[in-house]
Amino acid sequence: MKTCLVVDDSRVIRKVARRALEDIGFEIAEAADGMEALAWCRAAMPDAVLLDWNMPVMNGLEFLQRLRQEPGGDAPVVVFCTVENRVDNIRLALDTGADEYIMKPFDGEIIAAKFAEAGLL
Amino acid sequence: MTPEDMDLLAALGRARAGLKVETDKHYVVESRLAPLARREGYPSIETLLAALRAKREERLIWAVVEALTVNETAFFRDRDTFAFLRDVAMPELSRRRKDGSVRIWSAACSTGQEIYSLAIAAEEARGLEPGVRFEFFASDLSERCLEKAQSGLYTQFEVQRGLPIRLLIKHFENQDETWAISPRIRQTVRWRRINLTSDLTGMGVFDLVMLRNVLPGLDPSVRAKVVESMAARLTEDGLLVLGETESLAGVTEALRPLPGRPGLFARDPAFRAAAA
Repeated sequence: MKTCLVVDDSRVIRKVARRALEDIGFEIAEAADGMEALAWCRAAMPDAVLLDWNMPVMNGLEFLQRLRQEPGGDAPVVVFCTVENRVDNIRLALDTGADEYIMKPFDGEIIAAKFAEAGLL
Repeated sequence: MTPEDMDLLAALGRARAGLKVETDKHYVVESRLAPLARREGYPSIETLLAALRAKREERLIWAVVEALTVNETAFFRDRDTFAFLRDVAMPELSRRRKDGSVRIWSAACSTGQEIYSLAIAAEEARGLEPGVRFEFFASDLSERCLEKAQSGLYTQFEVQRGLPIRLLIKHFENQDETWAISPRIRQTVRWRRINLTSDLTGMGVFDLVMLRNVLPGLDPSVRAKVVESMAARLTEDGLLVLGETESLAGVTEALRPLPGRPGLFARDPAFRAAAA
């Protein structure tokens, strides 16, 4: 079973994302900010990361930069999931190493479509 | 709704557009007619149908028939099919049409995602002959769908269903949560309201016709006629694209499936061999 780390400071969003990802066969771990997510990745690199942008302690972009520098950190497929919908920011996320990008609000169908697009299904 | 209401709708749908309306699926029909009743200012579907019977007004009849059609669509629906069109069919057709044009038709285009996906696929295709022009045509029965399609405006939900993020930011611009396809792509498409059961000989011929997920919504008595009418609009080496799970078995002998390419049909054996 593939693993996905859901990184979001909103417990509600994590719960919604968990349900959608479990429906398409993922085993889920959760983190509330980038620092916590980095600790998860150092312990066990997931197959995928669903990543919020704006979070306390460490935001999604900084987490992504640091993840890609970790040993094995280029492996996880990273899908941003954020309210940020400005094209400049989307481009920045992709240039930093994101593979796909979801703009909130989202539903299970969008998650499944984006994960398929990213080669995860 | 009463059984008589369902019979009326089934008869109208079949007579006007060859539609298959299943008279036991009240909930489906009600979900499609309720928004129309609201738009037309009727307090219920029953009063809408009463007005339909009393007035027999053509505009209202067509509005009801249009509402009975299935408009479900998404960008790049059937990803493998679009990848094949971009990587194999479009380059192959462009080689065959050197210095000419490749004509592509989305015959039941709904709200436009399909024809724009084809236009984007042509933009992204590699190995096209430089002298070849791609021409895009889109048609639908529904005026409302065509209006939305021509606007090129989509919600954030719509652009996230099937459109990879790199293609979104390359070919669209957004204002808040509305995304507009680039004017350059929008202007490559010509639009027309068409009833697929009518005479289509004036349409000319096409190298690629897309008719995805339309046949299941048609009455079995008109399916063969519509497919054969489409086949007659194909060039000798043209392709008909249906949904990946659709088959023409028992419908027509005019076209043959491309081996290993679900939903793709051709009349030319040489193209079938090249695609295999």
